Amino acid sequence: MPPMTARSLSALRRARVIERSNRVRLLALIAVLAGVAVISALSVAIGTREVGLSDILAAFAGRIENTDQAAVAARLPRTVLGLLAGAALGLAGAVMQGVTRNPLADPGILGVNMGASLAVVIGVAWFGIATAQAYIWTAILGAGVAAVFVYAIGSMGRGGATPLKLALAGAASSVAFAALVIAIVLPRNDIAGGIRLWQIGGIGGATFARTVEVVPVLIAGFVLCLLSARRLNALALGDDLAAGLGESVAFARAFAALGAVLLCGATTAICGPIGFLGLVVPHLCRLLVGVDHRWLLPFSALTGAGLLLGADVIGRIIARPAELDVGIVTAFVGAPFFIWVLRHQRVREL
Amino acid sequence: MTRHILNASRISAGYGDTVILDGLDLDLLPGRITVIVGANACGKSTLLRVMSRLLKPRAGQVLLDGTSIHRIPSRRLAQVLGLLPQSPIAPEGITVADLVSRGRYPHQGLLSRWSARDDEAVAAALEVTHTFDLADRPVDELSGGQRQRVWIAMALAQETGLLLLDEPTTFLDINHQIEVLDLLTDLNRTRGTTIMMVLHDLNLAARYADHLVAMAGGRIHAAGPPEAILTEANIRAVFGLESRVITDPTSGRPIMLPIGRHRMI
Ligand SMILES: Nc1ncnc2c1ncn2[C@@H]1O[C@H](COP(=O)(O)OP(=O)(O)OP(=O)(O)O)[C@@H](O)[C@H]1O
Ligand SMILES: [Mg+2]
Repeated sequence: MPPMTARSLSALRRARVIERSNRVRLLALIAVLAGVAVISALSVAIGTREVGLSDILAAFAGRIENTDQAAVAARLPRTVLGLLAGAALGLAGAVMQGVTRNPLADPGILGVNMGASLAVVIGVAWFGIATAQAYIWTAILGAGVAAVFVYAIGSMGRGGATPLKLALAGAASSVAFAALVIAIVLPRNDIAGGIRLWQIGGIGGATFARTVEVVPVLIAGFVLCLLSARRLNALALGDDLAAGLGESVAFARAFAALGAVLLCGATTAICGPIGFLGLVVPHLCRLLVGVDHRWLLPFSALTGAGLLLGADVIGRIIARPAELDVGIVTAFVGAPFFIWVLRHQRVREL
Repeated sequence: MTRHILNASRISAGYGDTVILDGLDLDLLPGRITVIVGANACGKSTLLRVMSRLLKPRAGQVLLDGTSIHRIPSRRLAQVLGLLPQSPIAPEGITVADLVSRGRYPHQGLLSRWSARDDEAVAAALEVTHTFDLADRPVDELSGGQRQRVWIAMALAQETGLLLLDEPTTFLDINHQIEVLDLLTDLNRTRGTTIMMVLHDLNLAARYADHLVAMAGGRIHAAGPPEAILTEANIRAVFGLESRVITDPTSGRPIMLPIGRHRMI
């Protein structure tokens, strides 16, 4: 053992190392916050219709006297919903990657979003669900069942739930769920139109009234997920070490996964399935702030919010005078990224 | 540090339908170093997993200070019993300082913040394992030996009275093997840490053990002071290997020299 003075000195040196990396993270935080602010401003200012600054300000003040101001007023709830949904999906993705220790985990790839969709479609087609609350809880149920189902299939056989097996199980289930959705919707002309629109994934039709309904569930999901940051740090060391450090591995998994399922289900219920965000965001954030979940999770939420809204803004611009739904834009950007992850990251357990 | 007593009685354990350990008894001598040796797949890691509660035995029980370890809250247990598995995984990109800091996990709650005490523990662990200069390097860019020392640092940062290590010297060159074993001995002498570890090098095992346990086929073949255990007869019985055992002039402990089929004079 070294003498006491040497120890305190080295404690100081270590504290400096940590401090330095925290400063970097703080800078990154400021940058991301600024980015989100700019994108939010753009989201209010930019649409298929070009609107002058005075009308934007008027709409903010609550005056809606012409169509320009009405267009801006409609962009406000859309912006809020975009931020919420993006934060939810980014955070859910980071949590799922932590829970499964799998760099390919994502609510889309693991079939959780499709499971939520299938449940909603079944609900609409056969049980006549119509209220927002019914959509939300049906979607959450579907997301939960799909998560358990995919995890169970992915952990069959030797070696448990390896990244590859989970991704395969998720992709296969996703396709199966999607096929079922089509099979259910096709013969039903009465519901086909509405479902198809919802199915692509968009935040275009957002209203404050509908958004508010989903907020309590989202808050519950955010709280569960953010509270599991420490547990995910332990899980990242492998089940044996996590248990050796005093974590109850099964409980930690269930706790965090429940949070992620709430977020995915609620988001899918009001926006439809939006893919790839949950995959891309945590990888970007790991580059920014490293692997400590106490930083990674809040960052993923923020970055997710910015990226989803950004994708939505792009969707409004590139297809003028029409709009591209955000789910399509994220798929276009996310699919190449997915391939990049496969090629450049060693696909192993995180 | 208070001395804790860990013992296993009548343990049967296995995976699925296969039984690996069959009615095994083991008492760790408090404040001493116990070393387990035995052939590959004889159940050494399995025994370590049972003793650290990672694997629930089918029969028998493991007692910590008289209480079944399955009745002790996980966090409480982790403050007393530290564990280094045979092949731990490090999250990609994690830095040495961050990884070693995670050893403090059981000492922190949701509300208790990182303290100066934690800083001291981590710094001391980095210091004694000579990993301080690696502190801000990513673990996956280290050599196997450097990485192994980082893992040991993490186990040390946990500051437990009992330490269970599965092959802590794999990947290390001979100098670092000796250094790690000397370090564990220091820990044992100065803090009274009770240590149980699996080693493959019989000579190092005999040299550093207070209590040497030879396992074969899921049972304890022989246990006792190294002089009594590292014998030609036991080596033949446990490993199926002919050997000569002589006395190490430096330590006075027995050392074994294997007799193969070739290169004889
Ligand atoms: N998770 C597992 N599932 C099924 N069988 C296992 C598992 N882990 C170990 N075994 C089997 O149990 C037996 C004992 O394994 P164990 O890891 O305890 O051996 P060991 O003595 O530590 O060997 P080594 O010296 O190679 O580390 C082996 O036959 C092994 O195949
Ligand atoms: Mg082993």
